[in-house]
Amino acid sequence: MSGVVGKRPALSWAVNLSVLFLVALWTLPTFGILVSSFRDKDQLAVSGWWTSLTGSERNIVARTDAPDDAVEENGQWVLSGNVFESGSGKATAFGISSREPNAFEAGTEAELRDGGILTVQENGDYRLVYDEQPEGRRGQRIFVASVEPPKFTLENYDRVLFSEGIGKSFLNTLTVTIPATVIPILIAAYAAYALSWMQFPGRALLLATIVGLLVVPLQVSLIPLLRLYNDIGVGKSFIGIWLAHTAFGLPLAVYLLRNYIAGLPREIIESARVDGASDFEIFGKIILPLSFPALASFAIFQFLWVWNDLLVATVFLGNNEEQLVLTGRLRELLGSRGGNWEILTASAFVAIVVPIIVFFALQRYLVRGLLAGSVKGG
Amino acid sequence: MASTDASSAPAGNAVHDLGALLKTGLLAIVIMLAGIITSAAAAAGVFFAVSALLPDSNLLNAILVMVLGVAACFGYFWGSNTILDMIYPARGENIATNLTRANAIRPWLFLGPAVVILGIYLVYPVINSLILSFHGPRGENWVGTANYSWLMGDQAFRESVRNNFLWLLVVPAASTFFGLIAATLTDRISWGNVAKSLIFMPMAISFIGASVIWKFIYDYRAEGSEQIGLLNAIVTGLGFEPQAWITVPFWNNFFLMIVLIWIQTGFAMVILSAALRGIPEETIEAAIIDGASPFQIFYKIKVPQIWGTIAVVWTTITILVLKVFDIVLAMTNGQWGTQVLANYMFDWMFRGLDFGRASVIALVIMAMVIPIMIWNIREARKDMR
Repeated sequence: MSGVVGKRPALSWAVNLSVLFLVALWTLPTFGILVSSFRDKDQLAVSGWWTSLTGSERNIVARTDAPDDAVEENGQWVLSGNVFESGSGKATAFGISSREPNAFEAGTEAELRDGGILTVQENGDYRLVYDEQPEGRRGQRIFVASVEPPKFTLENYDRVLFSEGIGKSFLNTLTVTIPATVIPILIAAYAAYALSWMQFPGRALLLATIVGLLVVPLQVSLIPLLRLYNDIGVGKSFIGIWLAHTAFGLPLAVYLLRNYIAGLPREIIESARVDGASDFEIFGKIILPLSFPALASFAIFQFLWVWNDLLVATVFLGNNEEQLVLTGRLRELLGSRGGNWEILTASAFVAIVVPIIVFFALQRYLVRGLLAGSVKGG
Repeated sequence: MASTDASSAPAGNAVHDLGALLKTGLLAIVIMLAGIITSAAAAAGVFFAVSALLPDSNLLNAILVMVLGVAACFGYFWGSNTILDMIYPARGENIATNLTRANAIRPWLFLGPAVVILGIYLVYPVINSLILSFHGPRGENWVGTANYSWLMGDQAFRESVRNNFLWLLVVPAASTFFGLIAATLTDRISWGNVAKSLIFMPMAISFIGASVIWKFIYDYRAEGSEQIGLLNAIVTGLGFEPQAWITVPFWNNFFLMIVLIWIQTGFAMVILSAALRGIPEETIEAAIIDGASPFQIFYKIKVPQIWGTIAVVWTTITILVLKVFDIVLAMTNGQWGTQVLANYMFDWMFRGLDFGRASVIALVIMAMVIPIMIWNIREARKDMR
C-alpha cells in the first residue's frame, strides 16, 4: 500500500504535512497549559504562552514621588526612584502623557510642562530634576513600555500542591483509584470464565443482559444508590465509592474478559479436563495466566475511568474538603479561581500527568482492549 | 463455544426435574450468600484489626482494602468451590450424580458476586428510578405523572434536548471523520505510530482537565489588551474582534463540542486504523491495477469495507455523548444556552434537590440509549453464534 504513495513525492509531502498539522492541533492545547504552568504569574496574566520565550512586552504606569519630597542636590531639586515595582525589567520607551505613552526613548530627556526634566533609564531608574523647589503632593505620571525577560518558576506548583489543596486531592484520588481498579478484575474474571466455558441454563440471557448493562447511563443509578447508601448508613465514604466503581466497571470487565477467554484454544481446556482438572483449577492455573493481556487492558480502562471520573465521586464522596478528589477540586478551582490561570494550569497538569504516564507506558494494552471491546461485538 | 460438561441430567419425569432444579438453585444461593457474607465479614474484620495499627492515612487504608478485597475474592471463590466439593464429592458410589449436580451449581458460584453487584448497582436502580419518577422531591409522596407533565412544559428541558441532538449529530460525526482521516494518513508515513500516540493522548485526560485546557484556549480579554487565549490571539492577529467564545449564543455549543471531539478522535482513529489494516490487500491491488487514484481507493474501496466498524465507533461515541456532563458543567454550567440533559439532571439532583424530576430526566437519557442497547445485544448475539 505504501508503495502507491511512494511513487508520488508531492502527495507524500502533503500527507506528512497534514499529519504534522493534525498532531499539532491535538497536542498544542495540552502543551499550552504545560508551558503556562511554569510561567511567572504576572507574565502569564498579560501575555500568551507562545510568547513565553521572547519576554513579554508590558505598558506600565508609574508615578514619581510627590514634588514636596524633592531633595536638593547641587542647587537642583531631584526626585528619583525606579518605575518597576518588582525592580526588574527593561524599559524601552517612556512618555509623560497617555496620548503619547512611548514618546521618548529610554535614556533621553523629556521636559515637563512645569519645567522639570525627566529621564528614565533602561533599568527603570528615573530622575526628575527641577531648577527650583517644586510644590505639590501628586507625583508626575510616567508611562513606560518595558520588556520583561522570560521568567519560569516552580512557584505555581508549590502553591497548588500545598496551599490550594491539590496535594491532598491527589492522595484522595489515588485512594479511590487503587482498590476500584483491582477489585473488579477477579470478580469479572470468574464470571467471564463461567460465561465462556461452563454450560448452564440462562447463559445466553445473562450475556445479553451484560451487553445491555454496558450502555446503561450512570445517571439512572445515582439517585437510587444515593438513597440506598443513606438508608443503610454507608453515606459518603470511600467504601461506598469503591463499591460503586467496582459495579460500574463490571459490565465492561465481564464483556472484555469473556471475549478474550472464550477465544482461548479449546484444546488446552479440554485436555486439562481430561487430565482430571476441576473448573476451579483450570481457571486458576490456565485461564488466569493466559488472560493477562485482557486483564491488563481492563485494568488500564478502569484506572483511567476512575481517575478521571467526576460524576461518581461528586455523588458518592461529596464535596467536603477532606475527601475531594482531583477532578472535583479542579472543578471547584474553575469556579473560585476562574481567572488565575497560573493556579488552574498547574492544577490541571497535576491532575492529568498520572493518566498520561500510564497511557504512554501501557498504550499497547489499551489499544488491544479497545479493539477487543469494539471491533468484535458491540 | 459449548463446553463439554455433562450438565444435561438424565431425563426423569417433569416433577422430579422441577424439584431437582429448585433444590439446586436453593443450594447455589445458600452457598453463594454464605460465601459472600463470610469472606466480606472476614475481610472487614481483618481491615479493622490492621487499620487500627496503621497510621491514619486514607491511602494506606486504600492499599489495605485492595489487598483484602483481592484476598476476599479469592477466599470466596476457593471457599465456595471447596464447600461444593464437600457436599458433592467426586468419589464414592454417587460419583456420576454428584458430578452432574456440582456442575450445575458451580457456574452460579463463579457468577455470584458479579450478578449480585450488577443487580444492586445497575438493575435495581433502573426499576427504582422508574418508581421515583412518579414521586415528589424527596421520593416519598406519590405525585402521579406530575413530573412528566412538568418536563413537557419545561423550557430548560427543551433547550437541553435540542442541544443534546446537536451534540449527537456533530460529535460522533466529527470524531469519526477526523479519526478516519488520521487513521488513513498515519498509516502511510514512517512516523505514523508516534503521530497516532499523540493524537490518541487526549483520551487519557479527564473531561474536567480537558475543559481547563480548552477554556484557556477560549480565554477572552477585552479588545485592545493582549489576548492570552490562543483562539482570540489568532482571531485578533487576523484583524477581527476578539470574542468571549463560550458565551456566544448557539455557537458556544460547538466550542464545547470541540472538547469532546478532541478527546474522542483518537479512539476513532485507533479502531478505524485496525479495521483499515484488516482490508484484504487484493481488493486494493486490483483497484490500483485498474488505475484508481488514492482518493478513489479510499472512498470506493476502503470505506465501504469498514462500514461495520464505522458504525461501532459511531454508536460508542453516541453513548458517550448522551452521558457527558463534565464538560458543560465545567465550561458554562448550562448557562448561555448550553444546557444538556446529563447536566440538567445533575442540576436537579444537587441544586434543585428534586429526586422525582431528576429521575425523569435520567430516564429520558436511558430511553435515548435503548435503541443502541438493543442493536448492541443483537450484534453480540450474532457474534456468539
